[in-house]
Amino acid sequence: MSASAIPPGLAPVPSAAVQSGKTRLVVIGAGMASGRMLEHLLEAAPDRFDVTLFNAEPRGNYNRLMLSPVLSGEKTYEEIVTHDDGWYAAQGITCRFGEAVTRIDRAARTVHTASGETPYDALVIGTGSAPFIIPVPGKDLPGVVTYRDLEDTNAMIDAGVAGKNAVVIGGGLLGLEAAAGMAARGAKVTVIHLMGHLMERQLDPAAGYLLQRDLERRGIKVHCKGATKAILGDGKAEAVLLEDGTTYPADLVCMAVGIRPETRIATDAGLEVERGIVVDDALRTSDPHIFALGECVEHCGQVFGLVAPLYDQAKTLARTLMKEDAVFAPVQTATKLKVTGCDLFSAGDFADGPDREDIVFRDPGRGIYKRLVLKDDRIIGVVMYGDTADGNWFYGLLKDAADISGTRDTLIFGPAAGKADPLAAVAALPPEAEICGCNGVSKGAIVGAVQGGACTLDAIRTCTKASASCGTCTGLVEQLMKLTLGDDFAAPAPAGMCKCTDHSHEDVRRLIKSMELKSIPAVMQELGWKTVGGCHSCRPALNFYLLADWPLEYQDDRQSRFVNERNHANIQKDGTYSVVPRMWGGVTTSAELRAIADAADKYDVPMVKVTGGQRIDLLGVKKEDLPAMWADLNDAGMVSGHAYSKGLRTVKTCVGSEFCRFGTQDSTGLGIRLEKLLWGTWTPHKVKLGVSGCPRNCAEATCKDIGIVCVESGFQVSVAGAAGMEVKATELIATVPTEDEAVEVTTAFIQLYREHAKYLDRPYKWVPKVGLDWVIAQVVDDVENRRALVQRFEISQSVYRKDPWAEHAQPEEHKKWAPMADLSLEAAE
Amino acid sequence: MSFVDIGSLSDIPRQGARLVRTHLGCVAVFRTATDQVFALEDRCPHKGGPLSEGIVHGDRVTCPLHNWVFDMNTGAAEGADEGVVRTFAVRVEQGRVLIDASLLSRSAA
Repeated sequence: MSASAIPPGLAPVPSAAVQSGKTRLVVIGAGMASGRMLEHLLEAAPDRFDVTLFNAEPRGNYNRLMLSPVLSGEKTYEEIVTHDDGWYAAQGITCRFGEAVTRIDRAARTVHTASGETPYDALVIGTGSAPFIIPVPGKDLPGVVTYRDLEDTNAMIDAGVAGKNAVVIGGGLLGLEAAAGMAARGAKVTVIHLMGHLMERQLDPAAGYLLQRDLERRGIKVHCKGATKAILGDGKAEAVLLEDGTTYPADLVCMAVGIRPETRIATDAGLEVERGIVVDDALRTSDPHIFALGECVEHCGQVFGLVAPLYDQAKTLARTLMKEDAVFAPVQTATKLKVTGCDLFSAGDFADGPDREDIVFRDPGRGIYKRLVLKDDRIIGVVMYGDTADGNWFYGLLKDAADISGTRDTLIFGPAAGKADPLAAVAALPPEAEICGCNGVSKGAIVGAVQGGACTLDAIRTCTKASASCGTCTGLVEQLMKLTLGDDFAAPAPAGMCKCTDHSHEDVRRLIKSMELKSIPAVMQELGWKTVGGCHSCRPALNFYLLADWPLEYQDDRQSRFVNERNHANIQKDGTYSVVPRMWGGVTTSAELRAIADAADKYDVPMVKVTGGQRIDLLGVKKEDLPAMWADLNDAGMVSGHAYSKGLRTVKTCVGSEFCRFGTQDSTGLGIRLEKLLWGTWTPHKVKLGVSGCPRNCAEATCKDIGIVCVESGFQVSVAGAAGMEVKATELIATVPTEDEAVEVTTAFIQLYREHAKYLDRPYKWVPKVGLDWVIAQVVDDVENRRALVQRFEISQSVYRKDPWAEHAQPEEHKKWAPMADLSLEAAE
Repeated sequence: MSFVDIGSLSDIPRQGARLVRTHLGCVAVFRTATDQVFALEDRCPHKGGPLSEGIVHGDRVTCPLHNWVFDMNTGAAEGADEGVVRTFAVRVEQGRVLIDASLLSRSAA
């Protein structure tokens, strides 16, 4: 007897069940959950049921978890079939594959298909889930696929992706499997993910970073925080456009942004449906003769995607159908996932929360991250990456709610305790890694010198020149000596950036460059941060270092910025803000002044003040008024004055040769030129410039960070002045004959400062640390180096020379600046 | 305890906060990197700084005016600083943020 599908159109064979006294069980959907349920049911009660199995797909049950090996070519479809024709035949199941159930008639207890009706005593709905299609223009173009079943998989295989561009939208498990599979078939794959890190439901940012790094090493490009705006193409998919304007070429687009329970047939039948088909603990729907299981159900407000709870449902439903008391109680499930060899493990709850503590272990050299979340001396969450060998041991402790207070000190090292090495990051660097950037000295050269007998820092400086110029790599050189000499070397303890790390600012800056760390999670992981999310001290510093070193790759993290830079206005002691529009070189017009006056009136500004930087400050503005006020000022042609930023503030000028009888050069024009060149840049601390038209120095240029004093023969450029807590005159670095050269030297100095200084060091603090002679050598004497600095500055400015006000003044942004709700207006009960 | 809907979780930036205006003054509703939410009085006990504008790290927030650090679970200041800000019950259900409905009242206890 054959159990293969009855051809569509042929009337179903009348069941003998009524006569035999068997229960007529109809199952809609031959998926993994219903397949497992039938196994349990027919094993326990082989003769009690007469089963008819409908499946819209023209085949029986196969292991969907194994579709990615099929996609990558490692397995064939036949190898992942879990129930073949022989199994269905042996169980006496009537298979109606390729035949979709179109309707349930609850009153008559029948299901309808194109070929007629089939009666049931009990009905099981196992329709699974459907891929979620994001409603963007172009979603229906040929070449746009989802990734859910064998048809989708074959569509991707048939597209012949080798050498072509493929874009996967969605960086969850399915999306990453699709990406890995297509990459294995030779496609150039880009993954677009809406959230800040991959697999954010299973992983925290640190583990997400490691996963991203491993995928990128395998040639898969990952774009996080990317919102898809449209799929472009003429007659077929050609490219994917993101909200931020980025475009990726795409011969094939795979949407894998999530699934939604497939509930249409239940909804049409009038069953209770919320997100999924609502079932009770026995997996019964709102109709006592109809049951449901799998990804299509909702139980206690929860829907399911992982296989473990679905198998529990299968067991429960089999017992329910046999009229036994059974209760489905979802348990905390662990996810041990293998995404193309990326080893990760996640279980339980790893959100921050009341009374929770973290134990974090990072081994940067081996790319390992482990985090245990504890509550009341018990493990409630586990996230691991890179080495998941102890995952099940931790998961066991979690499930057992074991008290770990006695073993807490060594818990993170697993059943076999080991020890973390603070020198791991430096030890893991390859010999060719550059340690001293000034003199181009590699790790290998330094280690060689130490082994050759150079046992002191001075000796290393003499024989390799490492740490002999700006000195910012001193800490790293000492760590290398410590590594090479062991206990024979006692390095002076450097001050860590903050309580989160023992690395100094200088070490972190250098390691960001030499290890090419390009995100905050990357720095925290590779350099062994001791906290999970850093603190208010290190986060703004890291954000600056990363955007200064990787202007094109790193995306500014607004939430790691201090309030003034996040809100593009200076917070005042009462929580209001001050607004300072830019006045280039301190020059304004009557029209600008009118617009400022109008804004002051319109937004009830309590104080209008002239600043020391030659512009106007509107003080006491309410946060929710900021975007509208900026829009008004933008309309009058004004942009942010960045009066709040660790960046270019003002260029103060005197009137110069254009009007002044003593003026030697056009100091006003030069000031405007400099300000238009430099505005928008981020620097370690604020930067103020002054340009005076003659040595009378009316612009007070010689107490600024950079001061230019014009003389008959040219321009005197001096740096590192101060007029704050300390008062200090600038020091001359160059006298140049042309305005162009003055601009070039100034720009190069700012870039050198951006690349080397510690966060929150003004130039007058930084220059003595590296030495004025070194600065002069870098930006004045070495013309080639000066040009290279200017070039790097321009690359950065291609991103940052823009008005942040204009961005936030867009009408759709306004509501983000106001309270999200106003309960003082609601009627009290 | 009853709760009132104040908006979508996605309205609050991760590692950030949004304000809710109430009869008791402004309440800051925070969202951590791992999508936990906390509701605290938006007023630092030190000099009245708006905690909603502080840097959020883990389940801590740092006041933007003078860097007092608060544990958002308890509202207590950390380290050498002494002070407690009021906290309110808040939770997330189906992507919506719900806050203690007693904040609707003019004289919340």
